[in-house]
Amino acid sequence: MAGEENRGAAEERGPSGAPGVPALEVAGIQKWFGTVHANDDVSVAVDAGTIHGIIGENGAGKSTLMSIVYGYYQADGGEIRVGGKPVAIRGPEDAISHGIGMVHQHFMLVDTFTVLENVVLGVESGYLLRRSLAEARQELERLEREYGLDVDPDAIVGDLPVGLQQRVEILKALYRGADILILDEPTGVLTPQEVDDLFRILRALRDQGRTIVLITHKLREIMALTDRVTVMRAGRVVDHVRTAETDRAQLAAMMVGRSVLLRVEKGAAAPGEALLRVENLAVRDRAGVLRVRDVSFSVRTGEIVGIAGVAGNGQSELLEALAGTLAREGGTVEIAGAPAAPGGHAEAARAMRRAGLGHVPEDRQRMGLVTAFDASESGILGYHRERQYNPRMLMSRGAVVGAVRRTMEEFDVRPPLPQLRTASFSGGNQQKIVVGREMGREPDVLLVGQPTRGVDIGAIEFIHRQLVAMRDAGKAILLVSVELDEIMSLSDRILVMFDGAIVGEVAQAQADERILGLMMAGERVAGAEAGPA
Amino acid sequence: MSGFGGPTQAPAWVTHGLVPLINLGLALLIAGIIIAAIGENPFEALKLLVLGAVGYPEAIGYTLYYTTNFVFTGLAVAIAFHCGLFNIGGEGQAYLGGLGAGLIGLYLGHWPAPVAIVLAIAAAMAFGAFWAFIPGWLQARRGSHIVITTIMFNFLAAALMTYLLVEVFIKPGQQAAESRTFEAGAWLPFVHDVLAGFGVDIGRSSLNLSVVVAAVCLVLFWFFVWRTRWGYEIRAVGLNESAAVYGGISPARAIMLAMAVSGGLAGLVGVNEIIGVHHRLLLEFTAGYGFVGIAVALMGRNHPVGILLAALLFGILYQGGSELAFDMPNVTRDMVVVLQGLVVLFSGALEHMFRARIERLFTRRARAVAEAA
Repeated sequence: MAGEENRGAAEERGPSGAPGVPALEVAGIQKWFGTVHANDDVSVAVDAGTIHGIIGENGAGKSTLMSIVYGYYQADGGEIRVGGKPVAIRGPEDAISHGIGMVHQHFMLVDTFTVLENVVLGVESGYLLRRSLAEARQELERLEREYGLDVDPDAIVGDLPVGLQQRVEILKALYRGADILILDEPTGVLTPQEVDDLFRILRALRDQGRTIVLITHKLREIMALTDRVTVMRAGRVVDHVRTAETDRAQLAAMMVGRSVLLRVEKGAAAPGEALLRVENLAVRDRAGVLRVRDVSFSVRTGEIVGIAGVAGNGQSELLEALAGTLAREGGTVEIAGAPAAPGGHAEAARAMRRAGLGHVPEDRQRMGLVTAFDASESGILGYHRERQYNPRMLMSRGAVVGAVRRTMEEFDVRPPLPQLRTASFSGGNQQKIVVGREMGREPDVLLVGQPTRGVDIGAIEFIHRQLVAMRDAGKAILLVSVELDEIMSLSDRILVMFDGAIVGEVAQAQADERILGLMMAGERVAGAEAGPA
Repeated sequence: MSGFGGPTQAPAWVTHGLVPLINLGLALLIAGIIIAAIGENPFEALKLLVLGAVGYPEAIGYTLYYTTNFVFTGLAVAIAFHCGLFNIGGEGQAYLGGLGAGLIGLYLGHWPAPVAIVLAIAAAMAFGAFWAFIPGWLQARRGSHIVITTIMFNFLAAALMTYLLVEVFIKPGQQAAESRTFEAGAWLPFVHDVLAGFGVDIGRSSLNLSVVVAAVCLVLFWFFVWRTRWGYEIRAVGLNESAAVYGGISPARAIMLAMAVSGGLAGLVGVNEIIGVHHRLLLEFTAGYGFVGIAVALMGRNHPVGILLAALLFGILYQGGSELAFDMPNVTRDMVVVLQGLVVLFSGALEHMFRARIERLFTRRARAVAEAA
């Protein structure tokens, strides 16, 4: 591994710049999960009053490291030092008492409580709530003045947009006296404007002397925000660098150990007739809330149509309705000219598959795979009734394993072992199992939801290339993703969804982040084609 | 094992062998302390229990006869578990299975033996399946919780059988709520009679050819669960319902199928008891086998090999326990129930108390070996 020589050099260099001891330091951290070496001799020093990025692919060990710092896991070896002193952190309470706060990727908030109640939850002073709440209100006002962290303390958290919920998480940490704030993939669910706000707040916190650790796999954020960055790969530290002295390409190369293409190479689309036609589609989610309103569009052969939008604006329900697993409230769907049944049950999903539709679902763990199954069993989900697997009464294990092994080899799943449990594969390889299963049948229409969520750069590249190849083979592809980069680099046409409706369409050539960002926030933009009324 | 075991995966022999043995050992230890506390020698008690279960041919026969029932009910609970369902109704399904077998015995007992027996087995499975299918249907189509409905169906089965035996099938002119004895065509032969035909003498016991049915069920169970598309669908629904729906698998159908199969297996207890041993319909012949099946399935980790071993263990506890109660006056029948309860407690309810710690011990060692290599 190229990382090893770099690592030695990096340790000698140590932190420089700020005077005094680092605010947070981990030294020689070791962590095993069974036979997986998640952290191998990891040492990082975070200077006080800086924003320190930790970047790496999924499975590089960065979240494991921070979970150790926050006390969720115990390290098998190594030391954590806060302000130069070694500390024992046995649980989040210990971390909090040492001034470490964490903002999780998935918020830990009580939706039905107010902002104020959420902030004091667990640190109430005394038995009566009134006093705690009054104290907290004062403290919140102070934090608001100092950092521009304004949130209405009496708002119900469940009613707040995601960006504000995240602020509540930050307020919670600050209220508990956090001098060191760890943020785990904080921008995954935010609009570009919300990301800007978050960055402004984080900079204000740093300027007031707090220390921030940002875990991410997004190069853009590292470049925009951090002072120093630690790159991790396969459980080890590859290098520590000053952000000002590096660039995206160099960081990307360090993350994957080779240089990668950040853009997808593809020729012009040659669209033909419409294979997927959606008219006036309306969909309610399982709780009965109308999530998709009056959506019409079509996807033609030989093109990729991207649907951009902040998560939760109806894209998931749109995909599920097209795949048959969610019932249509109204409207029609045609696949290759044949109308599809209203859906909402397993039989509809089967009928859609028979009509020539493949579906890579947004959430592979919840929907795309049965993680407790062998890869061979997950690899035939949805096609398990096919004759080739069931020559007689019994399922032919040989036929299943053989077919899945071929798909695994073709789609570069590592390791290519069909007998291994699905859960034992890394996120990227799990995704390749799903993608291979759905693409391997060469469906006329392919629905793809978040194809590269939680997938490492190498696998992203691979999956993107496969999607483009499928397009060039004359298939119709509908891509839903919250990653703007992905939408912009893959799609031939981009539809933007906001609050269940399509608010506009942009051709790839005209797409830029600012315009899409504004549309995703629900604003109609001059210059972009108006969507269907 | 290869190095690809997922995170925190211990060797199979630890998970499936050592951990259950340690749990069993702890149950015996506590039982031993209790026996010592009432003034008996626990080692003597253990010896009596083991000898009473496997010490002589008749004892082995009875042990296997109990084992047969536990295999049926253990498999019944396991197939429901694979679909994510907790079938507590094995008791009622076994009761109804006995009714099915008994009806054939009462009305077609004069038919040639093989035909009547096969019909009785089919009827037992069908009645048991029907009794489990209704809660399955209610769960699948109406969302009524299967735990509640199967418990209620146990009571319904008991009430129904009491009514039928007191009012309908009771042998005229007697007080006991029992039917008349079937004609011989519907008697499932005893194993000692069959072996006697080959000149082998193994001593008389209740062990009958149901034990062969149980063995066949163990094998078929494995094929059904892991080698058919129906088993695939049942497991998919049990492990991840939304993935199942995504894959075109109807959870409702899988639930109804799994429950019907579950009830059919539980119904076979009726074959063992009614046409195998008693040769007449009677009350309360299920004697809690349906509930013990839950412990058997838990301990056997829903796999036929594990279920066979767990059923054998409970067979030994039942047979050896009765001998123990007979030989040690201070140890009553209730003490034996306590011992069984402790086994259920440690291998079922407290399953995870030691598992993680023991497994960690062995994953560490495996790692050290891997590093040394």
